[in-house]
Amino acid sequence: MAKKISLTIDGFPITVDEGTTILEAARMYGIRIPTLCYMEGLTPYGGCRLCIVEVSRNGGEPQVVASCTYEVQPGIEVRTNTPRILRDRRMLAELLVASAPNVKIAQDIAARLGIHNVRFRFEDNRCILCGLCIRMCFEQMGGHALTFAGHGAWRRVAPPFDKRSELCKQCGGCERICPGTQIPCQGVKPEGYLCGGCAMPEERIYCCPTGNPGCFCELNPL
Amino acid sequence: MKTPSESAVSLHPQLEALKKAGMELLYPPVPRITVGTAACGLASGAGEVLSAIQTAVKKHNLNAAVTAVGCVGFCQEEPLVDVLLPGRPHVFYRHMDPKKAAALISELSEGHLPTDNALCQFPANGHSPLVDLGIPSHSEIPFFAHQVRTVLKNCGFINPDSLEEYVAVGGYTALWKVLTSMTPEQVISEVKQSGLRGRGGAGFPTGRKWESCRKAHSPDGIRYVICNADEGDPGAYMDRGLLESNPFSVIEGMTIGAYAVGASQGYIYIRHEYPEARKHVENAVAKARSAGLLGSNILGTGFSFDIEISQGGGAFVCGESTALVASIEGRRGEPRDKQHLRTVQSGLFGRPTVLNNVETWANVPLIIANGPDWFASLGTQTSKGTKVFSLVGQVQNTGLVEVPMGMSLRQIIFNIGGGIPNGRSFKAVQTGGPSGGCIPEHLLDLPVDFEALSSAGSMMGSGGMIVMDENTCMVDVARYFTAFLMEESCGKCLPCREGVKRMNQILTDISEGRAKESDLALLEELACVIQDASLCGLGKTAPNPVLSTIRHFRHEYTAHILDRKCPAGVCRALVTYSISPDLCKGCGACVSACPVGAITGERKSPHSISQELCIKCGSCLDVCPTKAVVRV
Repeated sequence: MAKKISLTIDGFPITVDEGTTILEAARMYGIRIPTLCYMEGLTPYGGCRLCIVEVSRNGGEPQVVASCTYEVQPGIEVRTNTPRILRDRRMLAELLVASAPNVKIAQDIAARLGIHNVRFRFEDNRCILCGLCIRMCFEQMGGHALTFAGHGAWRRVAPPFDKRSELCKQCGGCERICPGTQIPCQGVKPEGYLCGGCAMPEERIYCCPTGNPGCFCELNPL
Repeated sequence: MKTPSESAVSLHPQLEALKKAGMELLYPPVPRITVGTAACGLASGAGEVLSAIQTAVKKHNLNAAVTAVGCVGFCQEEPLVDVLLPGRPHVFYRHMDPKKAAALISELSEGHLPTDNALCQFPANGHSPLVDLGIPSHSEIPFFAHQVRTVLKNCGFINPDSLEEYVAVGGYTALWKVLTSMTPEQVISEVKQSGLRGRGGAGFPTGRKWESCRKAHSPDGIRYVICNADEGDPGAYMDRGLLESNPFSVIEGMTIGAYAVGASQGYIYIRHEYPEARKHVENAVAKARSAGLLGSNILGTGFSFDIEISQGGGAFVCGESTALVASIEGRRGEPRDKQHLRTVQSGLFGRPTVLNNVETWANVPLIIANGPDWFASLGTQTSKGTKVFSLVGQVQNTGLVEVPMGMSLRQIIFNIGGGIPNGRSFKAVQTGGPSGGCIPEHLLDLPVDFEALSSAGSMMGSGGMIVMDENTCMVDVARYFTAFLMEESCGKCLPCREGVKRMNQILTDISEGRAKESDLALLEELACVIQDASLCGLGKTAPNPVLSTIRHFRHEYTAHILDRKCPAGVCRALVTYSISPDLCKGCGACVSACPVGAITGERKSPHSISQELCIKCGSCLDVCPTKAVVRV
């Protein structure tokens, strides 16, 4: 049997198996931490940083860490919603939605964190560089047909050497998992708003399959 | 210059033989003429000087030993030639060119030691500088006088490709001492006792790192040591200087480290942009291997260790430990989250790994040879030993300087560096490369150690020190560094990839006069978030240039945003050039200097600049003899 580790998340005492990440532990107990590049069954990547939490030991200076890659340790105190974390997370969501305003998951994350106005210039990127497609291809489909290319602001997802790889089985796993392929908000957008759905609920909503604006239900994969 | 005391341990016969051969090379019975041909010297023409000397020596039939050596560190005076007559001190000649070099050889062949172009004398083999030569001693040259050269001691004096010369100056005594009389635990304890901290920037105690690696569990007992020579900070070249001037000291340090942690394989990760350094290191590794100082059963002691050279592909982020390890393994060089598995526990190929900087490794033989107390006697309470800085920018004497920790920035810049040239005044010094910060005049008395620099919003970094004068715009500096980091970020995590790009956009807006007052607050907020949320050290320190310039030079930001003025006159969108009609004599110098034909006017009557055509290059300002061109 795995060793048990006791810790607190937002003040609640929690006991989980050794090797569990903070994110898994929190979700097990129903504590919500937003994520973008995390997907159960794929290796945690730690790239989007939306799942950041504060971790402190013995009341010490709290550290900001990504909960998806941080394995629990005995006695740590985790806080998922401090003012500092919320400020950081909102800024990350703002950066994300400014770079990909037409990607549904970016819209959803921003809307959920209460961001209506973006202070940066909009770009129209369709890829949010979450790396889900690459991990899906590599880890679940046994293909090595996709990778990251370029660096810094010029990073992009591409097949090796920009040619369709012979290793690609055309399984479509990458496409299926890509959050960018979901149909973005189709609602009428008032001036300066990112997403019309929640701002003008009287208009017809396409963004959620249930038809309930702003429900953030299970079908809305945040 | 402090001379490390000789070790009392008697040497291995093979080392004795190398030492004897090295002494004959270093102090031959004929004149020894050496040329500093590190990359910096070659760039200023040392290659031509060397061949001119060789030709002249042949022509004059002079019996002399001509050798290429590394870099003594005084970049300002390159190319440097050193003449060592038997039984005399070294004499350095500066700013040599093929012509001057030929003249020097012809004088030498006539038996004179010329004083033209002489820089200074250095003691050699117990021979102190001679007063009657009329050439100053090195202790009279401010650049050398205030330095304490231990790591750089032999740089520029010995041939970097000669193992014999390295052994002759005391090399490999430390390794022999370690292998014959010390246990790995004793080595670790000596390094811990010395207080050596990582010279790559973070300042982690080296002994503790080694101890964790030795104690870390390895499934098959394999451990690695790595030398991080991926030096990418703009304006920093300490590691290149060391590798091109004394590569054996790094190799010896790594061998000692490998013995201490129990590793049998090491890697030197050299950046792609250092072909010269790579050449010297490859040669040094091959020589050490053929002399039995690398490979299996080193010096017959049963200890085996070898080094492989790995070359980077030009990514700045590969200086980060986890990215570097990924790069050696052949994966994409990007960092991973290491809150749990630090490199010392699970590094290269999943084995415990010690990763240290070039300068850290070069310090190790000195600590072993001279004792930890000698090392701990240099420096401050928390930062021991010396640190090599590359002093560059708007300063009289540029070059590699080695000073004890705790020396003030003012002493380094004004005593060693000789202050700011052209009568301008000092504005800021940037330490720690793109991850460091700018330190203003009122903090110049800050001692150089890890803690003091961090408290001022900068960091020690690997040792780059860029001096800026009054003509530097701090917004422009911050913009330059964010542009650098925007390109060099790996792009894995959102805050660094998107955040640094947005910081750069805001700073560009500010320097082009498009920014709103609220943008400064947004910039500060964004910078704090990037610091908090980024994955690796590159992202976490990327906002330092922005935050430190806002902290110390907020008035420059507000001048750009509110008054739409660049106080230093650097940001082109915010300056205008005009000609004062009272001062202009109509000489026409500016008309011929202007590359776009924006200046018009009759001869001998005041000229004027067309603002539509003007590209704000400043050429007119530079050529105007009556200072009639005004930049506002």
